[in-house]
Amino acid sequence: MDWTLLTVQLLNGLQLGILLFLLASGLTLIFGIMDVVNLAHGSLYMAGAFLCATFTQWFDSFLLGLLAALPAVAIIGLLVELIVIRRLYQRDHLDHVLATFGLILAFDTLTQMIWGPDGQVIPLPAWLDGQVTLTADIVLPTYRLAIITTGLLVGVGLFVLVTQTRLGMRIRAGATNRTMISALGINIGMLFSIVFGIGAVLAGLAGMMIAPITEASIGMGNQIIIVAFVVIVIGGIGSIKGAFIAAILVGLIDTMGRSYLDVLFKLFMSAQNAETSAPAISAMLIYILMAVILAVRPTGLFGPRGR
Amino acid sequence: MKLRIVLLSVVAALTALPAVAAETVKIGFVTTLTTPAGALGRDQIDAANIALDHIGHKMGGKDVEFIVEDDGFKPEIGKQKTDKLVKQDDVDFIAGFLWSHVLLASKKSALDGGKFLISANAGPSPLAGKACHKNFFSSSWQNDQNPMATGEVLNSKGVKKLYIMSPNYAAGKNMVSGVERTFKGEVVGKDMTKWGKDMQLDFSAELAKAKASGADAIFVFYPGPAGPAFIKQYEQAGLRGTIPLYTVFTVDALSLARLQKAGLGGVLGSWNTMFWAPDLDNATNKRFVADFKAKTGRYPTHYAAQAYDAIMLIKSGVDAVDGNTDDQDGIRAALSKADFPSVRGKYRYGPNHFPIQNFYLRTVKADANGDWFVSYVSTVLTDHQDTYYDQCHL
Repeated sequence: MDWTLLTVQLLNGLQLGILLFLLASGLTLIFGIMDVVNLAHGSLYMAGAFLCATFTQWFDSFLLGLLAALPAVAIIGLLVELIVIRRLYQRDHLDHVLATFGLILAFDTLTQMIWGPDGQVIPLPAWLDGQVTLTADIVLPTYRLAIITTGLLVGVGLFVLVTQTRLGMRIRAGATNRTMISALGINIGMLFSIVFGIGAVLAGLAGMMIAPITEASIGMGNQIIIVAFVVIVIGGIGSIKGAFIAAILVGLIDTMGRSYLDVLFKLFMSAQNAETSAPAISAMLIYILMAVILAVRPTGLFGPRGR
Repeated sequence: MKLRIVLLSVVAALTALPAVAAETVKIGFVTTLTTPAGALGRDQIDAANIALDHIGHKMGGKDVEFIVEDDGFKPEIGKQKTDKLVKQDDVDFIAGFLWSHVLLASKKSALDGGKFLISANAGPSPLAGKACHKNFFSSSWQNDQNPMATGEVLNSKGVKKLYIMSPNYAAGKNMVSGVERTFKGEVVGKDMTKWGKDMQLDFSAELAKAKASGADAIFVFYPGPAGPAFIKQYEQAGLRGTIPLYTVFTVDALSLARLQKAGLGGVLGSWNTMFWAPDLDNATNKRFVADFKAKTGRYPTHYAAQAYDAIMLIKSGVDAVDGNTDDQDGIRAALSKADFPSVRGKYRYGPNHFPIQNFYLRTVKADANGDWFVSYVSTVLTDHQDTYYDQCHL
């Protein structure tokens, strides 16, 4: 067993998990509190990446680009809520899926019209582009550690927001019983807009964090949104804590599958078969995990009980 | 209202006429115009249009009708579009096909429909071997050939231990078997990553494995959008100084433009192999590259070069039969001669209709304007033929 490699892969898994958490936390809030299935959450992730790329190129600084793109994504999120999502609250889930799927197509085409079919590269400043030497053998890209740190800080911030503030109390109340809190005189429309805005910013931030690694590309959100849904189903819909634990779990399982499954398969099948089947099976692992958890706990790890 | 109906029927009659008399040569072109891989298809269409401009939109004295279809990077869509070109448009030639899995899914529709099928990129091994077809021609290469050239380069650079990474689909497997066929050292690790519209773009786990494997060099095949992402992560992982990178179809004009924008200078001086280079010295290539740059402001990729050649190849066939596209035997005989000005210079066809051609070592450098491009270095393989041709019995 190569412990160095294992440590590096655990950190890689953690980084993927953190990124999924940023995306899934917004999704779980929107789904849990507003009861809206928002397939277009991945489009906000893409919007974040493209806006950050453009702002970074304008200001010639990744940090300034990031800071400028965050409010821009928030505005896009609020506009989407105002124009489309607000009309969906009274409708059923199938309408949500139809409308937000339409939003995905609109966002993808709009992006192609504005930026063209090419991806957008985000250059990193030198201090983020290097490597950090943890021990003699464990050397990690600085930027990946930066993602982990940022994600953990955002996680703590969300936790404080939801458990310690008045807004958080209303959000939790909204997740438990929507009718009751509007009866108590809380402006539920305003609350929903805020929640959707927070979700948009978190998704956009995730897109901005990943784009310097994979670059911003059209449709980049459409794949990861499926994984994000897996995360919130595993974690329990509406639970930030569940989203965090499930995201880390999914990130670790995915990375470990990609790292070690072929080695494992080579123990009992030919090298060639192992090389082709391992990637296919490792892509399935998180769905297998989801199926098992749904069978044992149908509401997810930290899902609401008896709703 | 009545007038409008009359006008409509006149228009309908006029547009229907040429089809009946087959006054035009119809070419369908299936490529990828959406998804992150859309930039590759745009390069092909730009190049095909330049080729059509160069020949005055005429073949064998007839006007050319050029119909473009988007496969959306999906085999099933590619097949649908091919069916549409065969049945609805009733084209004479179907060209294009960036992706081996899309081509393999679409070939039956085109060939059973009695059309000529010209691959302007994908060269999957079945089509070169057992599943070869009299009406299939490649204006590019067989997938294994280019990595076979890289394998020779690795040998000559003294690489003993190699780590291989490639997408897990038809072409990826061909690329890996190609480099393994000629590379004489040991392959210490191999990763086949998820491919398609939802391709894997984060290679942290694979790069960590490559680093731990003790390899002297990494060989990758990451075409299209995955290329810049891979190279960036390779640099971020700090592997540039320690494990040299050898690529096929990963570093091209499109990825270089983006890498230059991001200031990722590590790609300068890196090696790759190809059947063509933008500075390959022949008159056809010079005109093509100059016109492409003038029209688009970009260097052409090999995808563009192959699309240009596909149009010129088709023209050579149609010219030989004076535009009588019903004379398929005549067209086929002309196509197999490859008697046209190719951007790669003269080449000939093997029995399976794949080119027998040279492969060159190329490196990345800056031109007089400071723009990065892939430049010819030396010839690695001369008159190279794929390894599947003897399985093809036409």
